[in-house]
Amino acid sequence: MSTAVANLDHYVAAFEEAAGRLPGAGMPWLDAFRRQGLAAFERLGFPSTRQEEWKYTSVRAIERERFALATETCAGLVEDDLGEARMEGLEAHRFVFLNGRHAPQLSRPGKLPTGVTALPLAEALGMCPDRVEALVGRRVAVEENGFTALNAAWFTDGLFLEVEPGVELVHPVHVLHVTVGRDEPDAHHLRHLIHLGEGARAVVIEHYIALGEGVYLNNVVDELVLQPHAHLRHYKLVQEGLQGRHIAAIDTHQLGGSHYRSHNVCLGGALTRNEIRADLDAEYAECELFGLYVTDGRQHVDNHTRVDHRKPHGTSHEFYKGVLAGRSRGVFNGVVYVHPGAQKTDAQQANHNLLLSREAEIDTKPQLEIYADDVKCSHGATVGQLDEQQLFYLRSRGIPEATAAGMLTYGFAHDLVEHMGLEPVRRLIEELLVRKLPHAAELQGVG
Amino acid sequence: MLTIKDLRVAVNGKEILKGIDLEVNPGEVHAVMGPNGSGKSTLAYVLAGRPGYEVLGGEVIYEGRNLLEMDPEERAWEGIFLAFQYPVEVPGVNNMYFLKAAVNAKRKHQGLPELDAMDFLKLAREKIRLVHMREDLLKRNVNEGFSGGEKKRNEIFQMAMLEPKLGILDETDSGLDIDALKTVAEGVNTLRDGRRSFIVVTHYQRLLDYIVPDHVHVLAHGRIVKSGDRSLALELEEQGYAWVEEAAGA
Ligand SMILES: Nc1ncnc2c1ncn2[C@@H]1O[C@H](COP(=O)(O)OP(=O)(O)O)[C@@H](O)[C@H]1O
Ligand SMILES: [Mg+2]
Repeated sequence: MSTAVANLDHYVAAFEEAAGRLPGAGMPWLDAFRRQGLAAFERLGFPSTRQEEWKYTSVRAIERERFALATETCAGLVEDDLGEARMEGLEAHRFVFLNGRHAPQLSRPGKLPTGVTALPLAEALGMCPDRVEALVGRRVAVEENGFTALNAAWFTDGLFLEVEPGVELVHPVHVLHVTVGRDEPDAHHLRHLIHLGEGARAVVIEHYIALGEGVYLNNVVDELVLQPHAHLRHYKLVQEGLQGRHIAAIDTHQLGGSHYRSHNVCLGGALTRNEIRADLDAEYAECELFGLYVTDGRQHVDNHTRVDHRKPHGTSHEFYKGVLAGRSRGVFNGVVYVHPGAQKTDAQQANHNLLLSREAEIDTKPQLEIYADDVKCSHGATVGQLDEQQLFYLRSRGIPEATAAGMLTYGFAHDLVEHMGLEPVRRLIEELLVRKLPHAAELQGVG
Repeated sequence: MLTIKDLRVAVNGKEILKGIDLEVNPGEVHAVMGPNGSGKSTLAYVLAGRPGYEVLGGEVIYEGRNLLEMDPEERAWEGIFLAFQYPVEVPGVNNMYFLKAAVNAKRKHQGLPELDAMDFLKLAREKIRLVHMREDLLKRNVNEGFSGGEKKRNEIFQMAMLEPKLGILDETDSGLDIDALKTVAEGVNTLRDGRRSFIVVTHYQRLLDYIVPDHVHVLAHGRIVKSGDRSLALELEEQGYAWVEEAAGA
């Protein structure tokens, strides 16, 4: 406990030291917001497993560290260092962030259509502070937990995206966060703000990679607003490093007839925690939440999702799958909440898990809470192992056992990749998936 | 080619095969008939190497080797093929990819170069015509959403691709209409070349009108209670299996 307290003091002291240099410093509303974050963090500290929401996910490893705020930029990194993360064949507006700061030399924002503002958040604070102010803190409460509080106090950068009504952003926005391992553990507090006007459309790829070894934390908040009939495809690909920890809160406010689709893929990192919420706040709003987590070693992945159906005729389809090997651990907690009056809600939720070892573990908890009577809701969760019959069938055709196991595992995971409309993203994920599975070598050309 | 001697097998601690003797020579077709639950599928599975079967006694010699010591994949490489009574659906695994992996695993074992995508497709197209299977089924996941007949055709198609030395057909005829039955039988007959052998498991003698066996064995309660030539199948057709049950002393 005493280290934890000492570490809290560390963050407070570090904040006092750095506050004047944070993006947007000197703007009264933002200074106040950051102060509010710091105060909340002092009060809350890091979440503990005694809290229901964090029961299965311990953040002690984060609490024990004294993360510094990365200040130096990693000069010298060149485009080629990004490697496959550029996603071959992807035509995108690319924004690259290095250890939490925009890296203009690696970004390729390209030409944006009229009616679209896409900027690093730190720049947006200089160029259109009022529009930033209108979005910051609207969806994710500062006081939600220690991480959101820390993020409020410290956030340095991220994507600011606004699309005006009726405008379609044809090419995706690729937000690539690169962590370059350093000797000292550092934390990056990132915030993404997306506002799509009425009928606007966009695709955003939120992508995390690590270069080299290093202990670090990515602490992320996404605040998204979809005006009526707006349409957002949101890919999130977590490939954090072996000692990387990733904590995120993603909240989407959906107005009438808007459509949100999330593809959340967790492959890397020692610890990943996503809190994903869709708030269907008007009639005919629709969301689709797809998730895939593939873990091994001692990895820990926790996906908490929540869909609020507040008004009639909403639709939510949620489909999460996990493949867990080694001594890894997964957590799935999915709440679908149908509020009184949200008639004609159509909500489906499923979570299926494949355990590849005896030591792997999954805690899955789908929850339906329904306070309306004319609704169509279903949910289900399964935990299983490779199917003996399928394994034997493949082997009886001469496919070696290891390859057969790999094929079945790939097959299990693949239907979540299939849904991805964006070909270059899908190809990269297929490739990563093959590499991540046991017996990868035997699976060449499986896709 | 295959010699089964006094084979006794248990599943989940229960003895199912209680002493089977069978000798299959190159080029022969043996029919194994018998009532439901007599152990026909158990015999087929044991020969293909399905895990979970406990051999209590006896032996199986295949081309001079102890078959029971071999892994299922090794048996496949050495020329054993089982057409399943209930072909297994494998969601997420593409039929073409699956079969290419199977064919190439066997070729690798034989020291042959792997087939590339083009050569494989050419071969597949040639063989698929043999069983009148729809070509688009190649693009689907293994057996997923196939009709009963399509699944059985897919089994024979796989057999044609893998060109086994010993084909074991477990009730490939059940659930097939007469046209499909003829097609499947034609596929099998095309593969009969004087050296390749078959064990054809069936409940009805109907299939044997099209695949003419050299020997017919009747299995009941885990024992072969009678062996004979083709006429035994006709006899069974007329008299039913009741006398067999009696003969087995149930
Ligand atoms: N996995 C199993 N566990 C227990 N009993 C089994 C199992 N599989 C088959 N049996 C039993 O073995 C006997 C023979 O089954 P099977 O070989 O499928 O017969 P057939 O193919 O001749 O209809 C039956 O009594 C069946 O109930
Ligand atoms: Mg049977």
